[in-house]
Amino acid sequence: MAARTLYDKLWQRHLVDELPDGSALLYIDRHLLHEVTTPQAFSGLRSAGRKPWRILANIAVPDHAVPTRKRALGVAGIADRVARKQVETLSRNCEEFGITLIELEDARQGIVHVVGPEQGLTLPGMTIVCGDSHTSTHGAFATLAMGIGTSEVEHVLATQTLRTQKQKNMRVVFEGQPGFGVTPKDLILALIGRIGTAGGNGYAIEYAGEAIRNLSMEGRMTICNMSIEAGARAGMVAYDRVTEQYVEGRPQAPVGERLDQAREYWRTLVSDAEADFDREEHFPLEALVPQVTWGTSPEMVSGIDGKTPEFSQLAPEKRESARRALDYMGLEPGRPLKGLSIDKVFIGSCTNARMEDLRAVANLVQGQKVHRSVKQALIVPGSGQVRLQAEREGLDMIFRNAGFEWREAGCSMCLGMNDDRLNSGERCASTSNRNFEGRQGKGGRTHLMSPLMAAAAALAGEITDVREV
Amino acid sequence: MEAFKTHTGLVAPFDRSNVDTDAILPKQYLKMLEKTGFADFLFDDERYLDPGDVETPVSDRRPDPGFILNRAPYDRASILLARANFGCGSSREHAVWALKDFGVRVVIASSFGDIFFNNCFNNGLLPVILDESTIDELFELASDTDGLELTVDLEQCEIRSPKKTWHFVIESGRRENLLSGLDEIGRTLTFSESIQAYEAKRRTQEPWLFE
Repeated sequence: MAARTLYDKLWQRHLVDELPDGSALLYIDRHLLHEVTTPQAFSGLRSAGRKPWRILANIAVPDHAVPTRKRALGVAGIADRVARKQVETLSRNCEEFGITLIELEDARQGIVHVVGPEQGLTLPGMTIVCGDSHTSTHGAFATLAMGIGTSEVEHVLATQTLRTQKQKNMRVVFEGQPGFGVTPKDLILALIGRIGTAGGNGYAIEYAGEAIRNLSMEGRMTICNMSIEAGARAGMVAYDRVTEQYVEGRPQAPVGERLDQAREYWRTLVSDAEADFDREEHFPLEALVPQVTWGTSPEMVSGIDGKTPEFSQLAPEKRESARRALDYMGLEPGRPLKGLSIDKVFIGSCTNARMEDLRAVANLVQGQKVHRSVKQALIVPGSGQVRLQAEREGLDMIFRNAGFEWREAGCSMCLGMNDDRLNSGERCASTSNRNFEGRQGKGGRTHLMSPLMAAAAALAGEITDVREV
Repeated sequence: MEAFKTHTGLVAPFDRSNVDTDAILPKQYLKMLEKTGFADFLFDDERYLDPGDVETPVSDRRPDPGFILNRAPYDRASILLARANFGCGSSREHAVWALKDFGVRVVIASSFGDIFFNNCFNNGLLPVILDESTIDELFELASDTDGLELTVDLEQCEIRSPKKTWHFVIESGRRENLLSGLDEIGRTLTFSESIQAYEAKRRTQEPWLFE
C-alpha cells in the first residue's frame, strides 16, 4: 500500500461510500452538541419525523451562553431570558431524542472541547464533529475533528455521516525547541502570522516536529484548537506515548483487554515515513519570542518586541485592512506593543483554560497583585473538573489574592455571549482565539496572547514581555 | 433545501477581505432558535450606531447612514461582492441565514472560509469564486455605476452584465445539488444499507466505540 499521512488513514478508515456527486460519506464516531448551534437541527429532525441514527455517539453540554457566576440555581438562575430559553431548549431536545446531556449543574460541565478529552469522549482514531469551529482541538488525539454548520449537525444526527470532500495534506514541522516564556499559543499564533488566516483553506494540517513530540496533550490541544484561525477545518497530531498516557483511565476510555486492543490500533495513527504532503511548512523555533496580536484578525500578530506595522512596509493589498484594524484598535502605525495599557484581562476559552494554563498563571501571579489600573481580570476555567482540580491545588486562592475573579466554567468572554464582555473602547489581554471586531463586545479591542503573557499584562497593567517579569 | 438556478440582482460592493462570520452576524443573535428573523441583524455592529440585541426593537436604533447596506440602492442588493476569505472564523450557520434573510442570494469573492462555504450550499445561497483580477473588475464596475446589476446563472456557470459575461467554476456535485434543491438528509438515507454495513464492520474492528 502506498505511504499514507495520518489524515489519509483517518479518512479511509471512516469512508462509508463515495457519492456520484464527487463528495464522500464519512462516518462520524463522536458528535458533540451545545446549546447555540443545535436548536434548528433538532427542529429539522422533528419536522421531518427523523430520529438520531446512533444515540450513543452524541453528547451535549451547554457552554456558549452560560453565565460564569451565580450558578447555584442552575438553568433557572440564568438571568438572560433568551439564553435561558436556549439552554432549556437543549435540555428538552436531549430528553426528547434520548441524548446524554451534561447539565449546567453537573461537575463535569464545561467548554465542550475541554470536556470531551477530559471525559475520554475523545478517543484516538475517531472522527469528531461539533457545531463549533474549534472542534479542531480534538485533533491533538490523532482524530479527524472538524467544525460543522447546523445543517450538518442535523445531517450527522440523522445519518451518522457527513457529506464532505477530502482536503489536501499540509504538514507543519516545528523545528527545535521554544525558549523560556514561549508557549504553544505562541507557536500557533506565529504560524498563523506566517501563513495567514486563509493559509490553511482546503487543507487538513498535521503538526509535527520535536517541539510537538515534547508537548503535553494540553499544549497540543492549544495548537490544534487554532487550526481554524489558519483557515484549516482540521488540525492533528500523531499518536504517541503522550496520547496513550493521557487517555488511560479517563471515564469513557476503554479498559483492560479492550484498551490493549485499542492501543494496538491507535499506534498505527501516525503518518508513514514516506507519506507525501501537498504542502510542507518548516518553522524554526529558536528565535521565536512571545506573540501578541495588534489587529482584528489573528494573522495580525507580532513578537512582543515588535511594533504595529507602518503601512509602507505592508504589501499594497494588506494596507487597507491594516489601516482599518489599527483604527478600530485605537493604535497608530509603528507603535511598540510593549507598554500598551490594558483595561481587562481574560484568561479562559477552549484554547487556554486547562490545568497547565492555570498552573502557569498561578506560578507567575503568586504573591503579586493585578495592577490597579486594570478594571477586571477574569479567570474562567475550561470545565468544572478543571475548576475543582485548581481549587484542590489552591490556585483559586492565589488568583483571588492577586485580585483576579475566579469564575465557573464556560466560553465566557471569548465570544461574550453571556455578560462577560468588553465595553466599547476597552482593551483586553486575552488568551482566547479571535480578535475580530466586536468579538468580545461591540467596540472591544482584543489582543490575543498566551496565558503567561496575559498574566504578566494583568500585573503590569500593560502589555509586557513575560520573559522580563 | 431551496434550489438555486439563476438570479438577477443588484451588487453591493463590500470592499474587504477576511470578513468573518462574527461580523456578518454578531454573537448576541446566536441565541435565537429559528433559521429566520435575522435580516435586521446582518452586519449588526456596523449597521447601527448603537448596540442592540434580540430584545431591542430595531426601530429604537439609529442605522449608520455610511454603511453600505443602509444606503440606497444597496439596501435592496441581493448579490454581495467581497474580497478574499469571506466568511472565515466561527462555524455559525446563522451568518448564512442572516445573509439569506436580508435577501442575499449570491456572494462573489476570491475565496471563502471552508465552513461558511459548505454552509452556503446547505441553504441555497450560491458562493461564487472568481480570480482576483475579475473581482477587481467587478468592483470597478460596481463603483462606476449607480448600481451594477448582474445575472448569476448556475446552469451555465456564468455571470452576465448587459455588456459582458464571466465564467465561473464550481464543483459539479455541489452545482447539481443546488440546482435540484433536494433534501440532503433524504438523499444520504438512500445509502442506509451502506452505512449499516460499514457500522457492522467497525463494530468488530473497534468495539470500544460502540459499547
